[in-house]
Amino acid sequence: MAEKLTEMPLQDIAAPKASSFAIEATKLTKRYGKARGIDDVDLCVEQGDIFGFIGPNGAGKSTFIRTLLGLISPTGGSAHILGLDCARQTKEILGQVGYMPSEAMFYQGMKVGDILALSARLRKQDCVQEAALLCNHLDLDPGRKVEELSMGNRRKVGIVCALQHRPSVYILDEPTSGLDPLVQREFFGLLMARHEQGATILLSSHVLSEVQRYCKHAAIIREGRVIASGTVDELSSGSARRVRIQGLAEPPALAGIRNPAAHAGGVDFFYQGDMRALVAALAKEDFADLIIEEPDIEEVFMHYYEADGAGGPSVQAATPATSDGHFGHATPAGHSRQEATL
Amino acid sequence: MTIFLHEMRQNTKMLVVWSVLVGAIIVVCMATFPEVKKQTDELREAFAMMGAFTSAFGLDKIDMMEPIGYYGLDCAAVLAFGGGLFAAFVGVRMLSKEEAEHTAEFLLTHPLKRSSIVAGKLAAVVAQVALFNLFCTVCAIASFALIGEELPWKTFWLFQLAQFLMHLEIACVSFGASALLKRGGAAFGLGLAALLYFLNMVANISDKWEFLRYITPYAYADPSSVIPNTAIAGEYLAFGMAYALIGVAFAFAWYSRKGIAP
Repeated sequence: MAEKLTEMPLQDIAAPKASSFAIEATKLTKRYGKARGIDDVDLCVEQGDIFGFIGPNGAGKSTFIRTLLGLISPTGGSAHILGLDCARQTKEILGQVGYMPSEAMFYQGMKVGDILALSARLRKQDCVQEAALLCNHLDLDPGRKVEELSMGNRRKVGIVCALQHRPSVYILDEPTSGLDPLVQREFFGLLMARHEQGATILLSSHVLSEVQRYCKHAAIIREGRVIASGTVDELSSGSARRVRIQGLAEPPALAGIRNPAAHAGGVDFFYQGDMRALVAALAKEDFADLIIEEPDIEEVFMHYYEADGAGGPSVQAATPATSDGHFGHATPAGHSRQEATL
Repeated sequence: MTIFLHEMRQNTKMLVVWSVLVGAIIVVCMATFPEVKKQTDELREAFAMMGAFTSAFGLDKIDMMEPIGYYGLDCAAVLAFGGGLFAAFVGVRMLSKEEAEHTAEFLLTHPLKRSSIVAGKLAAVVAQVALFNLFCTVCAIASFALIGEELPWKTFWLFQLAQFLMHLEIACVSFGASALLKRGGAAFGLGLAALLYFLNMVANISDKWEFLRYITPYAYADPSSVIPNTAIAGEYLAFGMAYALIGVAFAFAWYSRKGIAP
């Protein structure tokens, strides 16, 4: 089935007019009166990339995406998708984008199949075959009425709507929330197949592990601003690891260890730095068990946020440094302040 | 075309319910005419003695004992008011429901110009109002045949046309409001229709308030004006159609720029 799905070509990618970026935002700003929307967002997604857009709820992820899709107009800056202006060429852009909103709602009284057919007709495309394959893949019954669907099944309708016309750009706003792990795996299988065919994917998420697993590049948004951007590896290595050790009263004497907390069984701390140095230091110690894990997303945010606050503009926000797709690496600064807070 | 057909399907149930309801009331109401006719003199006297109500409902200008007069004042009042509510409801929900029911993100992320969405939805509003009026007109003709009364065709068609134009105006003004509103559209629409109906009654009672006829479409569709004169008051109609055009133009202008946020 997976092979079948990958056979058909994606929509022709429009010849980019100005750059090789599939999605490019320059100082994109949207303010709602006094309320914050997004502020000076610079972000570039290369064609064929899978880009993670990470942030907690209310950080501005959806506002950014809605501005890209022309649902709201920016109060400043500009954005382009495939070289087309997001504020003025919305129709052309939407023809080449598959979008999945974070909260998919459909017309009451309609069946899943009717919704999918309506979506195809609105695009003036015949998607019958692809819709059937996708429904089959995701185990979605096209005969069900949308109001009878569970949250997860409603999300599946959103996935099929975003994928059935085989666009070249995918903008997915927290696509996996409400999906069970098996469906998540199917979903990412479908996405990876599209990626292999050259599709560009912008994946907004607050699940760090998902972004780490599937994305090459990522940006972190907080309070409407992109506070860090780069390859996922860079971003991850820039963040601390949570280390839990059983059977050791104190952490090894090593630079980069913060917030040690001793307890009955051992000690927990955050570590930022060369992992081999930590393992080498621990090898000399006598301990019972060791867990090294990524801090949860909120701790990663704190890390970047505090760095931003202490070091001023030391965190480089999403500025493409070179033309080969490497982005300005967010180098955290102000460690002393982090030590106090992490 | 896709938007138009989609909206027609979405609104089928409401159209059928309102048409059948108002159409049935017209038929039942006209069926009572032979009984009313028997009590001619007492009723004439009673209608003339109702003071302000006599003029509010136009009873002083129209003969209730004529079948077309009875139809216009009694039966078609349901058509005028009920149709006004229906037109306001259809118009005011047409654009606003997408945001109220959170389907705007689905619709507006398809490759369509906002103006073509507005055009498709406007066409659906006009078609809904037209179909409603058509069905009610058929019911009215049938009800005259049922009681064996002759229809003065010219007066009847003019009166039905005035009702349709009045409903169309209310629908178009509500459609303009629909572009602006996110929620609470239904309350606004129903309130607007009721207010306009009431304004015409006020204008009928006192000369001082006659200017209200330039505001409410019920003035040019008033049976006590259309039926005795066999004419639609042109100046009120011109104002009404201007309001309708403003409503439509506003809908296009506003919705094309509107920011859609959850």
